[in-house]
Amino acid sequence: MTLTGWALILLFTALVVLLARPLGLLMHAFYARPALPGERALYRALGVDPAIDQSWAAYAASLMVFNVLGIALLFAVLKLQGVLPLNPQRFGGVDTALAFNTAVSFVTNTNWQNYGGETTLSHFSQMAGLTVQNFLSAATGIAAAFALIRGFARRDAPGIGNFWVDVTRITLYLLLPASMVLALAYVALGVPQTLAASATATTMEGGRQVIALGPVASQLAIKMLGTNGGGFFNANSAHPFENPGALSNLIQMLSMFALGAGLTVTFGKAVGNLKQGRALLAAMLLLFLGGVTVTYAAEAAGNPVHHALGLFGGNMEGKEVRFGVAASALFASITTATSSGAVIAAHDSLTPLGGLVPMFNMQLGEVVIGGVGSGLYAVLVYAILAVFIAGLMVGRTPEYLGKKIEAREMTLSVIAIIVPPLMILSLAALACVVPAGLAGPLAKGPHGFSEILYAFTSAAANNGSAFGGLSGNTPFYNLLLALGMFVGRFGVILPVLAIAGSLAAKRTVPPGPGSFPTTGMLWVGLLAAVILIVGGLTFLPALVLGPIADQAQVAAGTLL
Amino acid sequence: MSSETASPTPSLFTGRLLAAAARDAMLKLDPRTLVRNPVMFVTALVATLSTVLLVKNALSGGGALAFQAQLVGWLWLTVLFGNFAEAMAEGRGKAQAAALRQTKADLVARRLVGTTGKHETVAAGLLAVGDLVLVETGELIPADGEVIAGVASVNEAAITGESAPVIREAGGDRSAVTAGTRVIADRITVRVTAAQGKGFLDRMIALVEGASRQKTPNEIALTILLAGLTLIFLIAVGTLPAFAAYAGGAIAVPVLVALFVTLIPTTISALLSAIGIAGMDRLVRFNVLAKSGRAVEAAGDIDTLLLDKTGTITIGDRQASAFLPLPGVSEAELVAVARLASLADETPEGRSIVTLAGAGPALPADAEPIMFTAQTRVSGLRIDDREIIKGAVDAVLRRLGPNSCKDAAAALTAIAETVARAGSTPLAVADGSRLLGVVQLKDIVKTGIRERFSELRRMGIRTVMITGDNPLTAASIAAESGVDDFLAEATPEDKLALIRQEQRGGKLVAMCGDGTNDAPALAQADVGVAMNTGTQAAREAGNMVDLDSDPTKLIEIVGLGKQLLMTRGALTTFSIANDVAKYFAILPAIFVVLYPGLAVLNVMRLGSPQSAILAAIIFNALIIPALVPLALKGVRYRPAPAGELLARNLAVYGLGGLAAPFIGIKLIDMAITALHLA
Repeated sequence: MTLTGWALILLFTALVVLLARPLGLLMHAFYARPALPGERALYRALGVDPAIDQSWAAYAASLMVFNVLGIALLFAVLKLQGVLPLNPQRFGGVDTALAFNTAVSFVTNTNWQNYGGETTLSHFSQMAGLTVQNFLSAATGIAAAFALIRGFARRDAPGIGNFWVDVTRITLYLLLPASMVLALAYVALGVPQTLAASATATTMEGGRQVIALGPVASQLAIKMLGTNGGGFFNANSAHPFENPGALSNLIQMLSMFALGAGLTVTFGKAVGNLKQGRALLAAMLLLFLGGVTVTYAAEAAGNPVHHALGLFGGNMEGKEVRFGVAASALFASITTATSSGAVIAAHDSLTPLGGLVPMFNMQLGEVVIGGVGSGLYAVLVYAILAVFIAGLMVGRTPEYLGKKIEAREMTLSVIAIIVPPLMILSLAALACVVPAGLAGPLAKGPHGFSEILYAFTSAAANNGSAFGGLSGNTPFYNLLLALGMFVGRFGVILPVLAIAGSLAAKRTVPPGPGSFPTTGMLWVGLLAAVILIVGGLTFLPALVLGPIADQAQVAAGTLL
Repeated sequence: MSSETASPTPSLFTGRLLAAAARDAMLKLDPRTLVRNPVMFVTALVATLSTVLLVKNALSGGGALAFQAQLVGWLWLTVLFGNFAEAMAEGRGKAQAAALRQTKADLVARRLVGTTGKHETVAAGLLAVGDLVLVETGELIPADGEVIAGVASVNEAAITGESAPVIREAGGDRSAVTAGTRVIADRITVRVTAAQGKGFLDRMIALVEGASRQKTPNEIALTILLAGLTLIFLIAVGTLPAFAAYAGGAIAVPVLVALFVTLIPTTISALLSAIGIAGMDRLVRFNVLAKSGRAVEAAGDIDTLLLDKTGTITIGDRQASAFLPLPGVSEAELVAVARLASLADETPEGRSIVTLAGAGPALPADAEPIMFTAQTRVSGLRIDDREIIKGAVDAVLRRLGPNSCKDAAAALTAIAETVARAGSTPLAVADGSRLLGVVQLKDIVKTGIRERFSELRRMGIRTVMITGDNPLTAASIAAESGVDDFLAEATPEDKLALIRQEQRGGKLVAMCGDGTNDAPALAQADVGVAMNTGTQAAREAGNMVDLDSDPTKLIEIVGLGKQLLMTRGALTTFSIANDVAKYFAILPAIFVVLYPGLAVLNVMRLGSPQSAILAAIIFNALIIPALVPLALKGVRYRPAPAGELLARNLAVYGLGGLAAPFIGIKLIDMAITALHLA
């Protein structure tokens, strides 16, 4: 580990904390403001009454209709891209299982990619298909977070907001302008933005090289900001056109954390106590820095097998020389702590312990900043759990932000917490015993198991990063991963919206010295510990058979 | 405050109780009983499954039988220990209930027949609501009811444990009598108010026995969480065979079962109902009957305490401390008239005036006493046409009306205000239409009450003093006692309005009361403690009854409620924290066959895979009886702000829960290895 490496990590963390407040307050404005005139015209055209305050069930129904239609539309675009415009490379329609997987993947904010973008998809599919869902899936996540925030902020209220209004505002006022600014910045830094298919160059050796091009910058901006992570190119942000240098790399890392961190401030502002949001952010960053430290230390220490061969220094296998060990370790932590999944290094080639952290980040339920919106609502579910377990110890019925946590909230929180591990572990177990599943992994032994476990973890946590090594583009994996992504997304959002409805209807107990403290270091530590223990207890057996056994073997000098 | 100080506590583990609990633990293996507790039910289910596998294995002559048999044995012990904990908690109540039932069975009644004054002797069980019964010196009152004629001194030791007799009389707020209590002097006629099986004694039997115990809201929520955790571990453990198959190995079913049972929260689940029963039991031994567990939980959540001034904040009776004559009136005249006005007044206040005034003439034979009523609020004597009265200043001025001299009234009001501002109560004294002066009645604030209130404030509980006094007196006593707020000249309607206002703000309110007019407020409050000396209406309206009729106890009741919730939380935290060590014991033991490098995870250096698994399951079983005393006694409780309580309990039960099993499992493993059990 080097001083520059740590300087980068700390600088990044400091910038996140600095950005969180203005962004959070900006989002609070969209959360709270009445409709603007231009907005109203749009609602009239769409036949939406913005004044309607939806019950949680109506909000959830709107959200589901919107997302299921999104999947159908994207599926159609991918199947029909052969006859649609903007197809300079004349790609045919995408294979059905792959198209379905990709449609679910982008609508659920996962962006798991079982295809190489530049060799499979037309510009139309990328722009009108994928990029549109990059915006809408991010907006859906933030909308669900807004709904849950309202649950805490309101009292004796029947409704939790209007889904259509929330989605419209987040897209129009937040994601579109911010993406435009970022896209222009990326263009200035050297990222291509063109409708041309490719450039042809003559190499130094005199050979002819076709260099894939396309509308990269516009997709890159929202891919990072919306924690989508689906790359334009197969190599994702390791590709020089998708990430030209250090500055673009820093901007990409910051834009992954920006909105998720900002939402904690939005939350604090909405419930009338900024400290409440700050505590959530502190717990997230505590877990984040812990993870980064492990990954960075493991990568910097390198591989003892390599060392025995005379290759000293950190583990550079699967890393871009441009970025090096520290930035790659940091990026890997960020991209899995959020639900982004963009990569600048091959996670398959991380040392086993270094690769354990990205996997564990996702298994914790994407609560370390997490996906835009989804990170906030997931961490709030954990907060409810932590308050319930420890809150009794102050001698009162547990309450969070003045809302009593009772049987209904407990049932829904337990569902929201069980669904992702249920998907991850049961689907991975299935893949471990059927031939179609066993055909997937490249490696054998614990590393091969890690490849399978990572894939289902990434899908159910809606991250989308790939460990690599796994041949995912088979009907078996396409369908199973799609199932994991769909249930992992909506199996959490629906109970979260139900919690929002139940909390909004409750009265609020004013805080006092007898209330359970949900600000301050004690609470931050408790929340982080509950997240770690619940996540750890759930996944430790599987992790022992994957990365931990892998590490034990590497330490013993065996390579599989 | 602690439960030990409340009443002499029988030892937790007397031999008879232990034997009875052990027998009940076996009876509770009935699946219909077990299913009430999902985690223990699942444990019993996998124990059954393991037993079947063991028998199958034994018949087919498989290996590792001794190990497997030990596992099965400890699985069943885990279930039995859970049953035992519950049986222990119920045990003490059952003994008490048996005694009460005997009392009830022996009761006979003398029922009045018609209006003739004749009566017949019938078993108490045959009485109906509305029947009139006669009870005389030495007899037991056969049913709950209301005294409609007579006054008697009653010993209520049978239900309160307090042998000092109390007065029960017709009319007023001391008319309620309870079945099973004994009249020790005089005779009363009682109208039966409780139907068969619905009486106080019946309720008490059901309560101490735990027969009518239902899960409280918080207990239900916790059960859901525990069931959820069980489900998570079912997924985590259930997928392991597939993962192990990928690694080219297999895990024996008994081992998987052991892992599963040690991970699911058996500790807290086994103790959960014992904690609830013990919480109710602590209240019973504190001579408070809660009508539901819900009420006990609500007590822990109280934000606002409404406390009656008299008896809670000040010692019961006010004492006359000075005579303050008006200008132009001699003190001797005031003393003489005040004494005369108090001669027929048998209240402690009246007697204290007579005492302070010193010797004087006896009650004139032709005097007719003017009795105190809630409407007139004055008392005194009428001798021919001359009215000698004393009473609240405004009441006396109103009674005199325009007859009184304006200047005298103003001077009297001025003196009264000075007295009130000092925290005392002014009583005006008048002779006919002439105002003479003021008797100062001093309220004596209880020692130590100020510290109690500051403790409550630190816990975030607001105290409100309720008093019939005027605002000046109330403010002064409030300042002296350190209470947060006060409600002066309070009527029952004011109390009810105050409770509603607090509740609208999201707060939970506790109060106590005894009169019939307190009933609406008692019913409205989240915790309403009715005094046992109070009326039947009040006792019906409240959700707790204090057998000692001591309003101060409200503060302790809040503490007991908090202690119940804290015990539940502490053991939940402890139980979940335990799992970390169990993983470090069992996971390397299971997987080291597949990947020998995983031996590094065996941080406890346990003897062998089998001994590690056995040690974990034995620890998991033994921790239950080890924690039974804590579950029954409750965790240590000291009033403090939530932050402090959390920090301390997290350190003790969170960190302790992490560390304890590492030590315990290691020790058990050493014992197993030494005894060659595995």
